[in-house]
Amino acid sequence: MNAILEIAGLNRRFGGLQAIDRCEFSVRKGSITGLIGPNGAGKSTLFNIVSGFLKPDSGEVRFEGRRIDGMAPHAVARLGLRRTFQIPRELKRMSVLENLMLVPEGQFGDRILSVVLPDARVREEERANAAAAREVLQMVGLETKADAPAALLSGGQKKLLELARCLMSRPRLMLLDEPTAGVNPTLIRDLMDVMRQVHASGITLLIIEHNMNVVMELCERIVVLDRGHVIAAGTPSEIQENRQVLDAYLGGADA
Amino acid sequence: MVAYLVAILIFAMIYGFVALGLNIQWGLTGLINLGQVAFFAIGAYAFALATHAGMPLLAALVLATLVSGAFGGAVALFTPRLREDYLAIVTLGFSEFIRLIFLNEKWLAGGPDGIAAIPRPPTIPGLDTETSFLVVSAALVGLAFWFSQRLARFPIGRTLRAIREDETVVASVGKPTLAYKSQAFILGAALAGIGGAFFASYLTYISPDMFGPNVSIYVLAAVLLGTQGSSLGTLAGTAVVAALLEGTRLLKDYITIVDGVQLAALRLMALGLALMVIVVIRYRTTRSP
Repeated sequence: MNAILEIAGLNRRFGGLQAIDRCEFSVRKGSITGLIGPNGAGKSTLFNIVSGFLKPDSGEVRFEGRRIDGMAPHAVARLGLRRTFQIPRELKRMSVLENLMLVPEGQFGDRILSVVLPDARVREEERANAAAAREVLQMVGLETKADAPAALLSGGQKKLLELARCLMSRPRLMLLDEPTAGVNPTLIRDLMDVMRQVHASGITLLIIEHNMNVVMELCERIVVLDRGHVIAAGTPSEIQENRQVLDAYLGGADA
Repeated sequence: MVAYLVAILIFAMIYGFVALGLNIQWGLTGLINLGQVAFFAIGAYAFALATHAGMPLLAALVLATLVSGAFGGAVALFTPRLREDYLAIVTLGFSEFIRLIFLNEKWLAGGPDGIAAIPRPPTIPGLDTETSFLVVSAALVGLAFWFSQRLARFPIGRTLRAIREDETVVASVGKPTLAYKSQAFILGAALAGIGGAFFASYLTYISPDMFGPNVSIYVLAAVLLGTQGSSLGTLAGTAVVAALLEGTRLLKDYITIVDGVQLAALRLMALGLALMVIVVIRYRTTRSP
């Protein structure tokens, strides 16, 4: 298997709680992989570790074969591994377009020196970035909101903005934290289409999702987390028939 | 009367530098700096010492700017991650620390006696010395304003505003937030240093008691009076603060029922009141939806 993300022997404790417990799995390059599990299973903690916002107590995270555990969040992002947040973190007082134009790397105008130089180069760069941002907004269906302050978006639109910001950098692996939570059913169909398009463009997706219809329909492989440990991994149909998974979700005793 | 007005305007220019600096740090980037006076003092002393060592004025001004910026960099380096709560305390403490050093280290800067005979720039032909100084300082404030405006509008300004809004997001899109915050802090400190150099040159004499924490608070008030993050607002706010602090000195000729000490207290009360009124009005009109 050609893995883009490999997690091995990962542990992370918060006080008395073993949030991540000998966690081990990998994500195949080019796949849509689902990460499911009951509330408190450690899914978001795992995302925080992989994206560099938390350091693991022990264990390894590899992205494209390279160890990234313990790296700073911005360094992980620069490698081409980007994430969204479960609760949208839109930059409220900035326009939707500005939220995206923040993203492109290596902007000349993003240096103090550029301020005292002639601005032709920056203007050119801004034009190109604005065009790219509008294209991404088109893709997620937010093009009419480009100039609105991000604070004015609806809950579902903020989710789309999270996705758009992630897409703007053309990453190779995207971690999506509950992309459809709190989104109305019609918009969920659109969101799933967007995720399929993203996937078709060659981006690998790892998705935390509670909506089982979305997971079963979208993902080719599902990893089930319970109390920080992987209790099952397989195709949607395998997972649906897994006794241990049912127990974990229905609150049964350890199988 | 005109001479007095010119003096008020010169003070507005001097504090304009300091406030524009704070506006980059706090207004634009969200870094709370309660000790901006430290960099103002460092700029003033660096300028005074450099000119006494025989440096040309322009070189001394550049040196004052660089030294203040360097101290800004040191504060940024030693404040863990420049987190807002730490930063507020560290900067406040740092400013007192700097003042106490100038007060107690006599070999360095004359201790409580301060430094006298600091030179002024040559007078522009055809103008009196005061107006000439005003023109020179206004020209440089204009330059600092131009820089601040462009900074805010450029992609770098967008990144700094994004840090003010939500640092986590900026890190998640691959930008080293600590580096950006340090740069903003250094710029703000350097601008305060320029203000300090002009202050030293204008008064031709400086002493440690001129650099108490109240200066940091006046400048904070100026940035708050202008809309946070706006360079033009910051300069307008500075003018209001300078007028309230300096202009009300004139009142003692007209108001005879209170003595000088009482009037001094009243001036500060007037500033506080103006601050409250303006903030309340602003809050009403720009409450976010």
